[in-house]
Amino acid sequence: MQRSSTAPPGAISRQMRWSNLQRRWAPYVFISPFFILFLIFGLYPTLFSLYMSFQSWSQTDGWGNWKFVGLENYGFTFTDPMFWRAMYNTVWLGIVSGLPQHLLAIPLAFAIHMGLSRFKTFASAVYFLPYITSTVAVALIFSTLFSTQKGVINQTVAYLNTLPLFGWFLPDEPVNWFLNSTIKWGIALVVIWKYTGWNTLLYLSAIQAIPRDLYEAASVDGATRWQQFRFVTLPLLRPMMFFAVSLTIIGSMQLFEEPFVLLNGGASSATQGGQTVAMYMFRTAFEWLEMGTAASIAWLLFAFIAALTIINNLVFGRAAQGRGD
Amino acid sequence: MAVQSPKPLARGSLGGGLARLSGYGLLLLGGLATLAPFYFMFVFATHERSEIFGSPPPLWFGNDLATNYQILLEKIPFWRAYWNNVYLALVVTLCNLFFCSLAGYAFAMYEFRGRNQLFAFVQATLLIPAILNLIPFYLVMTQLDRAMDPLANAFAGTFLGQLHLFDWINTPKALWLPGMAGAIGIFMMRQYIASAIPRDLVDAARIDGCSEFGIYWRVVLPLVRPVLGTLGLITFIGSWNRFADVAVILRSQETQTLPVVLRTLQGATDVEWGAIMAGTALLVAPLLLLFVFAARQLMEGLTSGAVKS
Repeated sequence: MQRSSTAPPGAISRQMRWSNLQRRWAPYVFISPFFILFLIFGLYPTLFSLYMSFQSWSQTDGWGNWKFVGLENYGFTFTDPMFWRAMYNTVWLGIVSGLPQHLLAIPLAFAIHMGLSRFKTFASAVYFLPYITSTVAVALIFSTLFSTQKGVINQTVAYLNTLPLFGWFLPDEPVNWFLNSTIKWGIALVVIWKYTGWNTLLYLSAIQAIPRDLYEAASVDGATRWQQFRFVTLPLLRPMMFFAVSLTIIGSMQLFEEPFVLLNGGASSATQGGQTVAMYMFRTAFEWLEMGTAASIAWLLFAFIAALTIINNLVFGRAAQGRGD
Repeated sequence: MAVQSPKPLARGSLGGGLARLSGYGLLLLGGLATLAPFYFMFVFATHERSEIFGSPPPLWFGNDLATNYQILLEKIPFWRAYWNNVYLALVVTLCNLFFCSLAGYAFAMYEFRGRNQLFAFVQATLLIPAILNLIPFYLVMTQLDRAMDPLANAFAGTFLGQLHLFDWINTPKALWLPGMAGAIGIFMMRQYIASAIPRDLVDAARIDGCSEFGIYWRVVLPLVRPVLGTLGLITFIGSWNRFADVAVILRSQETQTLPVVLRTLQGATDVEWGAIMAGTALLVAPLLLLFVFAARQLMEGLTSGAVKS
């Protein structure tokens, strides 16, 4: 202000022009880092991998020496029994680890909201801890707990077996958790343990947004706590359920680190039952050095995730949005 | 409704009591199941291998922590890897705080052509599954590495060559540079700035002769400190725990981060589980500590976007 009132007229207009120019272009400059980085490290690599999925190339061939093979990579992957096995494992894990997460998280969130007042943050923080813990750390810890002979989990099962009632449905022998028949359950357990707290937090934040009056009105009408949960909380949670389930679907289709570390980076023929598509893709690229094939696996997985997301939106999305508001 | 006084929630009845009890039971059981693995991690870190798999398993702290720590230092360059972890997380976090708040400010406070479309684009990039990017990311880094080879060779003998400016594979730069301005951060910043900073304030600063960057730096940035804290926490934790892309890019133990190095211990024939647990505890502990002080802020920050959308 001071400056412009004492400056000569020519300088004013030049200064005005400069500040107008600045004002006009500043937002583009400010947002440009994201777009530049995305073009170089996001969009370009993605398109390049699409190109790569039609080529045959391994690192040993030398850079640039790729060979166009048309749809051969896709054809190979499509008829590869290992790929379909990994696909089956991934979907199985998505269901067996995904469903319990939500079936546990909703009651937990409701119990925290209803039962605790002073310790609300503390309780949700405890449940949330696994989510912020390194997956590698988690998988390493569970590797010791799962140990066949004297692992904590097997010893706990053995102890519970000596008690009445539990003996009926618990296995008598120590479970070998690293077999084709069992490894999936182990991975599912780790995933449930790690992500239930995250879902609890999501549901808790949605429950807290439900107005108190609704519960009061329900209890005036004589609704029990169960009825309040069933007829007030659950219907209003529908949009959050849709959101949280979508996240679970997208996340579990890409499941990589948990099985990768639990299976010690590879899968022997005995533990292939735990190999997910992402893990199979990783090994195809960096163990068997078939970049083209790996790229085709990545794109098939992407197409599958996209299809699931669209189906999920069509089936549950509209219902969630329509009734939620 | 107004005449009737609301009854307190069903509490005295038998059904209400049972519901309450089962609620607390569920919370307690879930809490124990959540905390037990952490407890065993700390306990196992203080026991040698044979004791960890003893019968019954150790339930209380032993006295082999020093031995385990020694094994850890012998087998892997532990503190080197630790420092690499700290370095990567700090650089990524600082870059994100700067670039995301700058972009978020632009999206929140300026009217410019294409703003809504560009912002929608930023959000849309979040839909790309991360795993899809793993292989192309590696390929592009290899490509960059090769493209820069002539430059790297030209400066090989000089100070610039020492800095590895032109190498990508095996350098932490390959990991923090692409992620300097995350879409989630931009989204968080835009939402917060749009709701918390009055436009008049920005206009007043402009009339006072503040440059556009000056407004951001001197007016906006000090006011968004709370959400900077939240974004910083989220970014730091995410980077601290990174594994897949780090394992792909960093091939030498010199530059590898702790999760990657720790996992290599698992491949040995005689796996030193006590040492691994000691290392794991040291990997997990800083975040646990951070979480003690910032749990509420972190959890609110993570869910606020989800609830609003």
